[in-house]
Amino acid sequence: MKNIIVNNRRDFLRTTMSGVIAGMLPVSLVRLSYGKEGGPDFTFAYISDSHIQQIKGNQFVRNWDRGLIRAVAEANLLEPKPDFVVFGGDLAQLGSKPELDHGAEMLSKLNYKTYMVMGEHDYYLDLGEYWSKLYGKHYYSWDHKGVHFVTLNSILTYDDWTFNRWESDERRMNEMAGLDNPNGSPFMVGAKQMEWLKKDLARVSKSTPIVVFSHSPLQKIYKGWNFWTEEADEIQALLKPFDKVNVIYGHVHQIQYNQIGNIAFTSVMSTAWPWPYPESYAQAESHLPILTVPMNRADPFNERDATGWQFMNMHTGRVDLEFNLYNNSNRTIAFNEAKGHPEDTSFPDPANRILAQQHF
Amino acid sequence: MKYLTLSTLILCLSSPALADEFSEEDTDRWMEQFELVASEGRRLWTSPEIGTNGVVCAQCHPNAANTHPETYPKFQKQLGRVAQLWEMINWCIRNPLEGKDLAADDPRMIAMQAYAYKERRGVELQPGKH
Repeated sequence: MKNIIVNNRRDFLRTTMSGVIAGMLPVSLVRLSYGKEGGPDFTFAYISDSHIQQIKGNQFVRNWDRGLIRAVAEANLLEPKPDFVVFGGDLAQLGSKPELDHGAEMLSKLNYKTYMVMGEHDYYLDLGEYWSKLYGKHYYSWDHKGVHFVTLNSILTYDDWTFNRWESDERRMNEMAGLDNPNGSPFMVGAKQMEWLKKDLARVSKSTPIVVFSHSPLQKIYKGWNFWTEEADEIQALLKPFDKVNVIYGHVHQIQYNQIGNIAFTSVMSTAWPWPYPESYAQAESHLPILTVPMNRADPFNERDATGWQFMNMHTGRVDLEFNLYNNSNRTIAFNEAKGHPEDTSFPDPANRILAQQHF
Repeated sequence: MKYLTLSTLILCLSSPALADEFSEEDTDRWMEQFELVASEGRRLWTSPEIGTNGVVCAQCHPNAANTHPETYPKFQKQLGRVAQLWEMINWCIRNPLEGKDLAADDPRMIAMQAYAYKERRGVELQPGKH
């Protein structure tokens, strides 16, 4: 059964494409038209956390494959066309060449320029060596239509953990791959990259809108699952002098958003599987931003529920996110200028929330 | 007859087979037994041996979160009836893990449930809750 599905991947994509064209694509997507005339507005797509997982040989976990295949197929149908796509990290599950290659093959079907973010699952086998061969630098910045974009590698950790603790690269990868593994280690960008970020931002005028892409949240939500970056406070301090800053992050496999000063934070969904909100772990304290209206609790019987990808509209220096949820109503988290923070356009009032958004 | 009853009673009272007058030593040992099973459950929760495709329970349920053991038994609309936690664990073994059902009394199933309950300790019982 598994083999047939793997071998028919191309057919599946074709079927998905025609299915999508026939009406599976959410109407809100095809109608989206945000651009203001003459303005610098533009759109980009964001796909993240595919966790492509090899079983053996040319067999990969079908469920995770299908999430990424679908995101790529749908992103290619976007109208208006996005200026680029960002992949938010964790392309692979255990960082191996077959997993990264298989993921890269699927991503290569995208019709747009693609920027890559490093995830811990891509990194801890060979410390990003093969990933670099495919995608280049681990952190970098670029300018696009008046916006300064920065991609950070936020999943580094203490040198002692990385270099001295484990008897093999495979062991190191496995230890970091377990989200709740007490043998793991907190994520960080490290001194060298902090120095680079300082220099990079020093050249940018304070009125230039900034968008930062990182794999982990650049805010401290729950350390036990690395919904966390060690230098979050220092990074926020570096971003503070700018008028408009947007941080987009993966890793958490759930909808989160927050506002700290001038910095708007928004997470993205995984194409593979959803994660529980940290508050649903009864034995530890966590700090989900109070602004966040949670995603719906996932239907365990529906393998694509609570997964998806994002379409983003960049306007007046702020990012609005359309969450394309495969088996749920889409959600839009737009920046509310009057309130000065991102807001869910359907459920801004707690009284309007639905039962499925209550996590426990 | 009266004598017989009395002597039986005396016999029972003096019998070494006393009812369960357990001590702290006993409760410590029983807890230790539970912890052994729960830690085996944690091992299985993070082990590919339960399924066939390398996927593990903890991939979607870190610290067994979002399993809600305190709400079972409860109605599962997808099954159309009231179900127990072990049935849902088997659903996950069959589907995301592409494995085979475990019997309800399989020591591995008992261990995984022990782990899930342990991670949920202190939470009020709410059978039927959705």
